Amino acid sequence: MNPAEPAAAWAVLLIVSPLAAAVIAFLVQRRAAGVAYVNAVLMTVAALGLLDAVADRPLTYALGDWGAPLGIELYADSLTGILLVATSLIILSITFYAPDYLARTRTRRSFWPLTFFLHAALNGLYLSADVFNLYVALELLCLAAVALVALGDSTAAVTAALRYLLASLVASLAYLLGVALLYHTYGALDLTVLAEASRGGAPPWAALGLMTAGLLIKGGLFPLHFWLPRAHSEAPAPVSALLSGLVVKAPFYVLLRLWYGPFEDAPQAVGELLGVLGSVAIVWGSLQALRQERLKLLVAYSTVAQIGYLFLFFPLARAATVVDAVTVFIIAHALAKAAMFLAAGNMLYCLGHDRIQELDSIAGRLPLSLAAFGIAGMCIMGLPPSGNFIAKWLLIEAAFESGAWAWAVVIIAGSLLSAAYVFRVVGHAFTPEHGFEGGTPITTSMAWVPFLISLLALLLGLIAAPLLEVVELPALAADAATVRAP
Amino acid sequence: MTAPGLYALVGVALFCMSLHAVIVTESPLRKVLAVNVMSSGVFLVLVALARRAPGTLPDPVPHAMVITGIVVAVSATALAIVLINRLRADGEGL
Repeated sequence: MNPAEPAAAWAVLLIVSPLAAAVIAFLVQRRAAGVAYVNAVLMTVAALGLLDAVADRPLTYALGDWGAPLGIELYADSLTGILLVATSLIILSITFYAPDYLARTRTRRSFWPLTFFLHAALNGLYLSADVFNLYVALELLCLAAVALVALGDSTAAVTAALRYLLASLVASLAYLLGVALLYHTYGALDLTVLAEASRGGAPPWAALGLMTAGLLIKGGLFPLHFWLPRAHSEAPAPVSALLSGLVVKAPFYVLLRLWYGPFEDAPQAVGELLGVLGSVAIVWGSLQALRQERLKLLVAYSTVAQIGYLFLFFPLARAATVVDAVTVFIIAHALAKAAMFLAAGNMLYCLGHDRIQELDSIAGRLPLSLAAFGIAGMCIMGLPPSGNFIAKWLLIEAAFESGAWAWAVVIIAGSLLSAAYVFRVVGHAFTPEHGFEGGTPITTSMAWVPFLISLLALLLGLIAAPLLEVVELPALAADAATVRAP
Repeated sequence: MTAPGLYALVGVALFCMSLHAVIVTESPLRKVLAVNVMSSGVFLVLVALARRAPGTLPDPVPHAMVITGIVVAVSATALAIVLINRLRADGEGL
């Protein structure tokens, strides 16, 4: 038996299982939560299995033995594996949180099928090896995410969802036009082939501009983040956690693969520009977060700021530690932001509002949720031993290695600003109660899930070193083990 | 200029014009229509560029991409219209 075959089986399962779960959950809606537990556990096992199988050697698998360009090839390396594990862990924890949170809403029946589609899209995206397949995965992701935002069920939520959809569609079409230009120039869609064929010229540079612009809109990088704060804050809390924790990272991942593939020789100025936009996002997003009256909007603007850190990758792309830095950052931010949104969701659920000024007495009423928010806040600030600390440390190291210390200043300034907005919330939460009684009690799992995720985010720094040993450069390996049907 | 080159240019022009329309129009339905025209522009570019050399058969891969793209565009339009209908039911006029 070919040693790569188990890995291929895990990869196929990672796409097929959530799709099957979506159909089953749609047909037997009463048992949807049960399907969700089974699927989430299965996905975690499959992602760990795949990570273990591809840690030594990346895998390419031609589905149905139809090779590129007409067939679809899956690709998995250690970066894919780690992101798949992080995705399934976040979805697993949301599976324990969402049934209670959504129990009384009108839209709870639609939550599970859409979440499964979202999961399938994310897995498919991380396993894709060609630029067109990435487009399809991005579109499926966008449709599922938009429908999930609309589950907020208020006029504001539906307006935010429509805005998100239109921005995302324009972005996809820009990306697709870029794909057309790339295919016209190189006659290939496969990332490895494109990387080898990569050369300058007008059409590839136009493709670079179009595809990058599309992915920046989808990733919500300043100034193209206009749709993000409303969409992330009007959605129900479990959806906000999925969107901020996982969905905005997907376009960045695509850009990362492109940067080591067809756009390998992109002019340094493009990387510098992305870094500048990232820096402005860090400062501007944090300042906006400080100004917000509502807790969920504050957390959403914090996402706008944190996305900026990811884009500091591009000016520093040649430094040795930068891939490690962004990998840890993606996971650390996913955990911390999921914990923050779920904790904020508990406060909204209990009080019926999330006005920061009126969060008094939360310390006595929701001690675990406030602890989760505080710990996740510490992670976002980048205090040790959180994963964010390691990531920022590695980024600063990369900045000094490249002799570009200005980026290090931005990284530190962003940490200080995030401390300001986290303390603003925690400060209000501890102020004495103004005679507020009642409120809706939250369930045990709603209290514990955000707390446990925040602890995981805090302790991520301690397990980051073994995690990083397996990460390689995100260039697709041409010598990947290939599996074909017998 | 060859015919496919002309078609590709028309496709790019449609893309740019409808991008402008998406940004400046107020009505959500018009925005959705503009996005549809925009996708037609991209499909036109894909089909036009499929013919690589005169007298040869066109490359089938871009055609497959257009078919997938149409499916995506139809689903996205359906979702957008559901959202717009919902807003209208809430009294947010078009």
